[in-house]
Amino acid sequence: MSGGELRGRVLVGGAGAGPVLRLEAPLSFWGGVDPATGRIIDRRHPRCGESVSGRVLVMPYGRGSSSSSSVLLEGVRLGTAPAAVVLRELDGILALGAAVARELYEQSPPVVLLAPADWEAVREGDEASVDVSGCLRIAG
Amino acid sequence: MAAVNPFETVELTDLDRAMLSGDHGEAAAVAMRILVAMAGVYGADRLLDIEGAHIDGCLYHGDSGVDFAELLVAGGARVRVPTTLNVGGLDLLHPEEFAGAAERRAKALRLMECYEEMGCRTIWTCAPYQTTPRPAFGQQVAWAESNAIVFANSVLGARTHRYGDFIDICAAITGRVPAVGLHLEENRRGQVVFDFRSLPRSLTSASWLLPAIGYVVGERCANRVPVLLGLENAHEDGLKALGAAAASSGAVALFHAVGITPEAPTLEAALGFRDPERGGVEAEEWIEITADDLRAGLRRLSTVPGAAAPDGGGNDLRIDVVALGSPHFSPREFAELLPMICCRPPAASVEFVVCTNRVSLDFLERGGDLERLRDLGVRVVVDTCVVVAPILRTPAGGVLMTNSGKFAHYAPGNVGFDVVFGSLSECVRSAHAGELRRDPELWP
Repeated sequence: MSGGELRGRVLVGGAGAGPVLRLEAPLSFWGGVDPATGRIIDRRHPRCGESVSGRVLVMPYGRGSSSSSSVLLEGVRLGTAPAAVVLRELDGILALGAAVARELYEQSPPVVLLAPADWEAVREGDEASVDVSGCLRIAG
Repeated sequence: MAAVNPFETVELTDLDRAMLSGDHGEAAAVAMRILVAMAGVYGADRLLDIEGAHIDGCLYHGDSGVDFAELLVAGGARVRVPTTLNVGGLDLLHPEEFAGAAERRAKALRLMECYEEMGCRTIWTCAPYQTTPRPAFGQQVAWAESNAIVFANSVLGARTHRYGDFIDICAAITGRVPAVGLHLEENRRGQVVFDFRSLPRSLTSASWLLPAIGYVVGERCANRVPVLLGLENAHEDGLKALGAAAASSGAVALFHAVGITPEAPTLEAALGFRDPERGGVEAEEWIEITADDLRAGLRRLSTVPGAAAPDGGGNDLRIDVVALGSPHFSPREFAELLPMICCRPPAASVEFVVCTNRVSLDFLERGGDLERLRDLGVRVVVDTCVVVAPILRTPAGGVLMTNSGKFAHYAPGNVGFDVVFGSLSECVRSAHAGELRRDPELWP
């Protein structure tokens, strides 16, 4: 969509902005993202090689190991985490990594859940921002 | 979707609020804030008490894990419930077994010390259910480590949701968890039936096949609760191998095996139809498992083409490592291994490693078998495991043989070995020969 406002449910509150990286396939951060660089390293993932760092990461849900929360936390520590995470389905693993980052480093990407129809409307490359109330704004 | 503040919507007790406000120390406040935030994420309306915890966060993955543990230690963290520890990054009894960099070793060690300082029991095992005491039927606990979770829920009938790093220790420090998932009766009923009744008894009673059965179940049921129908009465080590494999290929945290596990005396009970008025038995899906399904599962457990079955022509394949003990080898499993190894050392080209815990180590020492195994060149490693820590001396890129579905699943990605899955006796015969030895009579 070009321009507009989508209301999501806040899983972990915060604010962040950046270009949208939209993943159609779920991604496990554990074994799937290198926290040193923020790059997707899962060779079976269609967007392998792209960077999640500083992006508004739009993906359906996380996948796989509960250690994915550690990888997100490590990304926050190293400054390679996404600017925000926008999910279509509830995913406690990434939310946990963000909640711990908030306690430990006093910063974390917001994690927001959108209704499926709204989630579909966000496009790759959109300039997007997420605010503390869970509102996703797309620059028009 | 409206924004909700879990600190307003989740029902909290006076003790919960006291912890939040820092009356029980800064670490308890941090832990309670994270738990309430996660209760909000999962949509829980309250927290509930737990009577024990098992922690996986003591394994080093990166500096942020150490930062978090140090934050808790500095905040005066003490666990409120009996809490055990999963494997760490090194073998504390045999530190020379660690083959990694000194800096990583120091951090892995510091992380283990932090969890000990918080009052956790240092059993360092992924099979805490084979030490004592273990959770009772119906008891609420917070367990981490996928194979331990599935065993606690399925075989013991204890109740834990799937926990992992960070939230596990928050639960132990506060004695509380969000009231969600497998803590609640209504989420424990079976959803998808795997029907093994058309297989010959020689297959459903073969304990070495249980990892393959678990692997197939995990692949096909994702995060639903499977009901296994038609398995012969397996011993605990078999159920542990089955659960570990199912939790590797899928997100299985609870299975019911009809006639075997405690919540499944009958199919009806496993599916949760306790009300006779309901009549028939319904499952969301009913999957018949054939011998072909099992063969296919066995093929996926090996990464070397041709080596996955006796007729594949892989009989001269060189084996570089035989690794046993994921989950950690029990005394009963050692008792099975010892007569097979007999008095012959593995071939000089083969690194033979068994991962276990201190309970089994004591058992071996008492019988004089530890010395015997070591004299044969078998490495017995405790407190850790070869797929999570740099233990193997053989350079990556070789072939690792195992009877563990979990090792077979994780060894290629975690330590860079090709894997061949086989029975315990095939593993030992192959170790003696230095190359793959199959036993065609075992195979479906």
